[in-house]
Amino acid sequence: MDKPIIQINSLNFWYGPKQALFDVTVNIVPHRTTAFIGPSGCGKSTLLRCLNRMNDLIDHTRLEGQLTMDGQDIYAPEVDVIELRKRVGMVFQKSNPFPKSIFDNAAYGLRIQGMSDKTELAGCVENSLRKAALWDEVKDRLSESALMLSGGQQQRLCIARAIAVEPEIVLMDEPCSALDPTATAKIEELIQDLEKYYTIIIVTHNMQQATRCSDYTAFFYLGRLVEFDATTKIFTNPSNKQTEDYITGRFG
Amino acid sequence: MLLQRKQRDWQSLFFTGATGLATAVIVAMVVIIVGNIAWNGAAQVSLRFIFGGTEEGMFDAHRAGIFPMIFGTVALVLLMTIGVVPVGVITAIYLTEYAREDRAITRVIRGAINNLAGVPSIVFGLFGLGFFVQFVGGGIDKALYDGALHFGKPTILWAAATMAVLTMPVVIVATEEALKAVPKGLREASLALGATKLKTIWRIVLPQALPGVLTGGILAVSRGAGEVAPIMFTGAAYYLAHLPTNLTDQFMELGYHIFVLSTQSPDIERTKPILFGTVLVLVALTFLLNLLAIVVRAKMRARLRLAHG
Repeated sequence: MDKPIIQINSLNFWYGPKQALFDVTVNIVPHRTTAFIGPSGCGKSTLLRCLNRMNDLIDHTRLEGQLTMDGQDIYAPEVDVIELRKRVGMVFQKSNPFPKSIFDNAAYGLRIQGMSDKTELAGCVENSLRKAALWDEVKDRLSESALMLSGGQQQRLCIARAIAVEPEIVLMDEPCSALDPTATAKIEELIQDLEKYYTIIIVTHNMQQATRCSDYTAFFYLGRLVEFDATTKIFTNPSNKQTEDYITGRFG
Repeated sequence: MLLQRKQRDWQSLFFTGATGLATAVIVAMVVIIVGNIAWNGAAQVSLRFIFGGTEEGMFDAHRAGIFPMIFGTVALVLLMTIGVVPVGVITAIYLTEYAREDRAITRVIRGAINNLAGVPSIVFGLFGLGFFVQFVGGGIDKALYDGALHFGKPTILWAAATMAVLTMPVVIVATEEALKAVPKGLREASLALGATKLKTIWRIVLPQALPGVLTGGILAVSRGAGEVAPIMFTGAAYYLAHLPTNLTDQFMELGYHIFVLSTQSPDIERTKPILFGTVLVLVALTFLLNLLAIVVRAKMRARLRLAHG
């Protein structure tokens, strides 16, 4: 195992009085894909949203424990959340392109960081759309509304938008749950390609998806990390009875 | 046979009839009012009437013109819009994006806005007189003009300001609804890309909410163009020889003119045609201002949907 890029150390998390995560400890390996699996309400999305501090937006939440990125505590008071989110991109469950043109969507993150040079922007946009395997489909209609794209294309555009700002980590929160099998297959293929450039953490309900595109898998149940290991190990020879029951479809 | 209806469904029949009847009554009211105005007013409305002044005989149907009142109404409504939209939108942004719902202060602000919407318009008129004309205007005169009368009297500026306060709740509520309708996913997407809250509001939320903001503006204009009480003490004049050219001028206004015509005329029978004509013009003008805003809004919505650039 390489030196971890993210270390989560006995993390506890509360929504108001309700505790959602209990003493979670996981290390995330750089340039690999880690899948968070588990039944609904097990805390996997909550954990994902701790990593770019999206949970800060919800009132009355509380976090204890340590969450470090490259050794730096991301919840330390001096940390700039804006900077953190530039380094930790996110793709959401429901594709959410802005009601702007395809180009403006991909360029959004760059523009808010102050990039205004037209050729530079165009180059970065093309690069990110290529990486998201969308360029060939949209290169002739970059000025069209992103809302004219199909669901799968919209989600790939959201991926392009997230990676355009060159983050180190890309968080994906059930990115395929609203897509048909063909569009899902494309995104899974894409995830495997993107591993070269980014560290990917994907939350999924779909166990086949976890086996197909992740290197490591963490299984959560009722807010606790039950098992964390190489994906092949988890799915062929889990050491925990609960994990085995879940992956063989006995519950969840 | 099982599928056969056994008896008439009297309840459904009754409610269909009752709702239909209620609708018919409303439609009939509108038809009667608008029809009456159009029928009696049409003969009076001519180019001379619309573009003429009131120099000779404002109560004489053959010589009276209402251009100064049309001018005053449009100017008042425009000034009011310039005042009410920015303040209303910024308040709505504060309430939806920044204020925390569980704080007492938020509830107090919301209560204040709701109460503002329920205050009778004559109270706004008196408030405008006391606050804008005497307190603010008088204060400016004391500070800048050594007590000479410039701002401390009824002016179109104070009338517009009073009207802006009156229409504020409409703009705030419409804008709030529009802001709340912007999907949470768009805000999250923007924030997750490292945008600040301000940038997210400015670049994503507000453009999406613009048609709703415009709806608020339309409602404010409709309300403002029809109110008389708030401007009676704050700027509207019974008669003026000249059009207002300055923010500190008084002005003539259609609604106030209708009030004047119907209460001050020496011979109401001779004034009646002017009265109908003026009302028709006021209704048409309000309709036109609305139409203009609705067309702009429709264009804006279409552009948002297609979103070229």
